[in-house]
Amino acid sequence: MRTNRAVSWVLLALGCLYFVLPLIGMVEFSLRARRGVYSLDAYWVVLADPKFQSTFTYSVVVGLLTIVVGILIVVPTAYWVRLRLPGLRPYVEFVTLLPLVIPAIVVVFGYIRLYNTSSFLPLTGSATGTNILLVFGYVMLALPYMYRAVDTGLRTIDVRTLTEAAQILGAGWGTIIARIILPNVLLAVLSGAFLTFAIVIGEFTMAALLNRPAFGPYLQFIGANRAYEPAALAVIAFVITWACMAMIQIVSRFAPRTSSRSN
Amino acid sequence: MAHQDVLTAHPIRARRRLPLDWLGIVPFAAFAFLFLILPTLNLVAGAFQDREGAFTLQNIVNLFTPSIMAAYWISIKVSLASALIGGFMGFVMAATVTIGGLPSWVRSPLMTFAGVASNFAGVPLAFAFLATLGRTGLLTAFLMNVFGFNLYSTGFNLLSFWGLTITYLFFQIPLMILIITPALDGLKKEWGEAAASLGASRLQYWRMVALPILWPALLGTIVLLFANAFGAVATAYALTGSSLNIVPIVLFTQIRGDVLQDPNLGYALAFGMIVITGVSNGIYIWLRARAERWLR
Repeated sequence: MRTNRAVSWVLLALGCLYFVLPLIGMVEFSLRARRGVYSLDAYWVVLADPKFQSTFTYSVVVGLLTIVVGILIVVPTAYWVRLRLPGLRPYVEFVTLLPLVIPAIVVVFGYIRLYNTSSFLPLTGSATGTNILLVFGYVMLALPYMYRAVDTGLRTIDVRTLTEAAQILGAGWGTIIARIILPNVLLAVLSGAFLTFAIVIGEFTMAALLNRPAFGPYLQFIGANRAYEPAALAVIAFVITWACMAMIQIVSRFAPRTSSRSN
Repeated sequence: MAHQDVLTAHPIRARRRLPLDWLGIVPFAAFAFLFLILPTLNLVAGAFQDREGAFTLQNIVNLFTPSIMAAYWISIKVSLASALIGGFMGFVMAATVTIGGLPSWVRSPLMTFAGVASNFAGVPLAFAFLATLGRTGLLTAFLMNVFGFNLYSTGFNLLSFWGLTITYLFFQIPLMILIITPALDGLKKEWGEAAASLGASRLQYWRMVALPILWPALLGTIVLLFANAFGAVATAYALTGSSLNIVPIVLFTQIRGDVLQDPNLGYALAFGMIVITGVSNGIYIWLRARAERWLR
């Protein structure tokens, strides 16, 4: 058993080496901007770039809108399917997993063809329309993660009893979802939200093909034209991803440990 | 159960009403239809139409030209190589923390890191590898200065099949770790002890007990990794520009500027991608159902 454990350590260390090297390479490269010494010059250049600020702000706003729209679509649906339409559950789950099957580039190609200026819903005709399309596209990308997170959250509460108690007290559907169900699954919703944010913030394909001034296309543009700044941006992107995952860990630590009740 | 009695007593009034329950999922259904299903169906329909909108199979036939077949082939090779190598390495790393006898505190940081790394894809990932294995990258320089070994004289190039495969492993391995760890947890200690008490060697245990139980989960996850790599655009585009002709990049340049000079051929290209990722996900779902029988 001793040799077994030693082998395990060696294998794990080798695996970790593969992951650590590019991260070290990325950090080291980002510090090389000034000849001969390590400096944070690349970071200052990037952070002072007005295009960095505008594209980053744009992506943050789109990310937050994606989270809001995603919650508005997913929470009532997951709740309603559990409460009233359990027979539809496999079908709804299947649809929520489709974004993992159909590549994003194919879906956005469909958007461009379907919502052009001469269509029934000419979303790509105006900047606002394209922004709306991008948000819906991102909601679609995040759907598998969001739905799964919310559905797992709903499993830990007794949806039916809570609903009936609220109805007896005279609550309508809006009140039930906003003031009873949502607060009860808030932690699950938050972990879905952080994951959504991590996916959206640096997304490239959809934003580039819909011609939106987002952070992802800006990253690609800098990568094609600068030497050290891309590495600095990669470090920033890694920190954001890491922060989102850390938030999920922190949030899930507060999640109730109640076992599944009758659903 | 008293609780159940309340439930059966309640819907009497509801049963008399029109069945309006389905109204509750209309927003979701409308969203999924407009922004997921209809755009995809629209492309699929376009793949079977000529420019005038009449039905034709010519676009599909046109896919079988050498340049497009080469693009599909290199895409399949990169996806397969990164899925197999990533699957193997992810399995080994997951095995070290589940059944490899490592202390339990190792596991949680590894899983957290896997969560981060599996989401660290796209453009920044390409930058990280350019900074490490590019011509002036850290590792390239280190090998040159310390061992006098010129990586690029061996014919290695980050902007190539192997370069892309090595880069894709950064999100493939963590995904494998995240999915296969629960399956490895499902291997009960008793099975190993039972095999050992019957005189089985470690190798025999793996060959006759563990692997037959694990193979649907293993194979299924590898198929999922394949589909995952096949649809990826951003990493490859940021890494190689449009110099490596994999299908997603050909499609990307086609959407931007109709490089194939035939819009309907573009739709056929997209249709081909859906078929490949669809079939591999179908295999994944089927194998997953088989795997779950043992994980109860």
